[in-house]
Amino acid sequence: MRTLRFLLRKEFRQIFRDKSIVAMIFFMPMVQLILMPLAADYEVRNINLSIVDHDKSPYSQKLISKIVASGYFRLTGYNASFKEAFGLIESDRADLILEIPHDFERNLIREDHHEKLFVAVNAINGTKASLGGSYLGSIIGDFNADIRMQLVTPPRFSQFPMIEVVASNWFNPVLNYKVFIVPGILAILVTMVGGFLSALNIVREKEIGTIEQINVTPIQKHIFILGKLIPFWVLANIVFTIGLLVARFVYGIVPVGSLLTLYAFISVYLLAVLGFGLLVSTFCDTQQQAMFIMFFFMMLFILLGGLFTSIDSMPDWAKVITRVNPVRYMIEVMRMVILKGSSFKDVLPHVGVVALMALVLNSWAVLNYKKTN
Amino acid sequence: MEAVVVKNLVKTYGKEQTVAVDNVSFSVEQGELFGLIGPDGAGKTSIFRMLTTSLLPDGGSASVDGHDIVQDFRRIRSSVGYMPGKFSLYQDLTIEENLHFFATVFGTTIEENYHLIKDIYVQIEPFKNRRAGKLSGGMKQKLALCCALIHKPTTLFLDEPTTGVDPVSRKEFWEMLRRLKEQRITILVSTPYMDEASLCDRIALIQGGKILSIDTPQNIVNAYPDKLLAIKANEMYKLLKVLESHPGVINSYAFGEYAHATFHDTDTHALQAYLRGHGLTGVEVKGAEVTIEDTFIKLLH
Repeated sequence: MRTLRFLLRKEFRQIFRDKSIVAMIFFMPMVQLILMPLAADYEVRNINLSIVDHDKSPYSQKLISKIVASGYFRLTGYNASFKEAFGLIESDRADLILEIPHDFERNLIREDHHEKLFVAVNAINGTKASLGGSYLGSIIGDFNADIRMQLVTPPRFSQFPMIEVVASNWFNPVLNYKVFIVPGILAILVTMVGGFLSALNIVREKEIGTIEQINVTPIQKHIFILGKLIPFWVLANIVFTIGLLVARFVYGIVPVGSLLTLYAFISVYLLAVLGFGLLVSTFCDTQQQAMFIMFFFMMLFILLGGLFTSIDSMPDWAKVITRVNPVRYMIEVMRMVILKGSSFKDVLPHVGVVALMALVLNSWAVLNYKKTN
Repeated sequence: MEAVVVKNLVKTYGKEQTVAVDNVSFSVEQGELFGLIGPDGAGKTSIFRMLTTSLLPDGGSASVDGHDIVQDFRRIRSSVGYMPGKFSLYQDLTIEENLHFFATVFGTTIEENYHLIKDIYVQIEPFKNRRAGKLSGGMKQKLALCCALIHKPTTLFLDEPTTGVDPVSRKEFWEMLRRLKEQRITILVSTPYMDEASLCDRIALIQGGKILSIDTPQNIVNAYPDKLLAIKANEMYKLLKVLESHPGVINSYAFGEYAHATFHDTDTHALQAYLRGHGLTGVEVKGAEVTIEDTFIKLLH
């Protein structure tokens, strides 16, 4: 116990003596948490729209102003011909073209006549194309409904059965993407800080040669590994706390669920992440090797973690992989507790899985750390 | 009593089974200062790492203080001191912190064994708040020795402690070892420097993983079978060439400002005449005192 206490003191001393590491641990995650959510915007705004209006009637004007007023579109062209507008798409100045035919107004008012509009979408940017197309579609649909109301006196009972869908967003009523992404980014930052620090640490001792001296001392393996694990566990918890404060004061995100649940989960989760880092470090001889291996896994963890792409829409084989991805559980729990207010009982399955990972990874690391070769 | 017993120790590396330590046997008496003398790559470090339990042997057995290096490795770890060839203390901790750390790791305190390191520690004490990475080579060496001694080891393993250290510090270092010997600590030291060999009680000459000879430095020198002459001429390179072609010469090599040549038997005057006859000037021939280095070269041929 005395040895462990002293090992810890030594580790903390070494960490805080290296000013650049301290800056990296505390400053970098904060900057990232402040910058990334602002830039990584899911919401598609500012879709460049070019309109070819052959009708130039009050109705077509009304439609155009309705589209522009929605806030999603920016009118970048008002062209006389489709060909001209297509030039804009080719030079990437327009994402969508809406073509309004001749006699749009006349045909629309005439009863029982269906009028058609033409929408051309630049599909190079998939998200922008599909979202822009559907935004435009729903605005036009809306416009259509308005006109019907005005022109057609509704009969007492609708002649055709109609289903109107009204959606209400729970947990994030105004679909503020920051509420959605900040907890996820925080999850990733904590994972990266913990994983990289622990992976590089033992390898550093190997590189400098200090491990040679440690190996011939009576220090027991598990004490040595614990001495490495605990300092980074504490640091990662501090980073997490700073992250929560940033989320609270910069983004105004207050966890709906209890902080205790959150910290209970992160405590176990960090053991898994640090264990993974330690395991990697027992396999590597140089910091470069450790860095590359960690990078490989971090990329996988992040891309298959459900932050940027929903796990539900992944192919089945990828879904299987995400089950052994600790980051996936972390991101889920963060969203569950922070946004939804889940209780400890709700996240218990997650805690279980992550605890199992922690157990396996750390035991493996202890076994694989050889004092003798 | 024998502190270290090594029997037919073997270590091979890699897929090619490169033999680093080849059937090595020796034993070291308690309180003895024993030297492993050999060039780089002779297998000295491998032997040390096996004896300090950080490397498993591929064959043979060894014991330190009666503890088997494979079975009782835990016992050995708490009773021996090891100073690796490469400086391996924490560079970002100060002198004092390093010492404190190693004392704690071995479950002791600096105060308890201060008498052992006092002579050495006072020399570096003025810099005790300096980080180990910022110390000079000699000071690092002294600190490493302190750290290896702080738990009062019964046996001390020093792997090339003087490599890369200036001549004055080297001398001081051996002086310190001599004083440690008085404390009845068994010391195994390896070195590539032949001149340090004569400072050991007994030495083992080692080359290519094999022990060539084990004895006291004096006996090793005395056992030199041939006649050794030191020869000097104004034309050194030519002298070596001529000696090589001399029919009576067993072996010849440059040795400082002289050339050393070994003969079964030769007449000094005849040799001088022979050399002059080959156009060498300023020829000087005299009997040379045999050194460990001469013995080593002899054994290699």
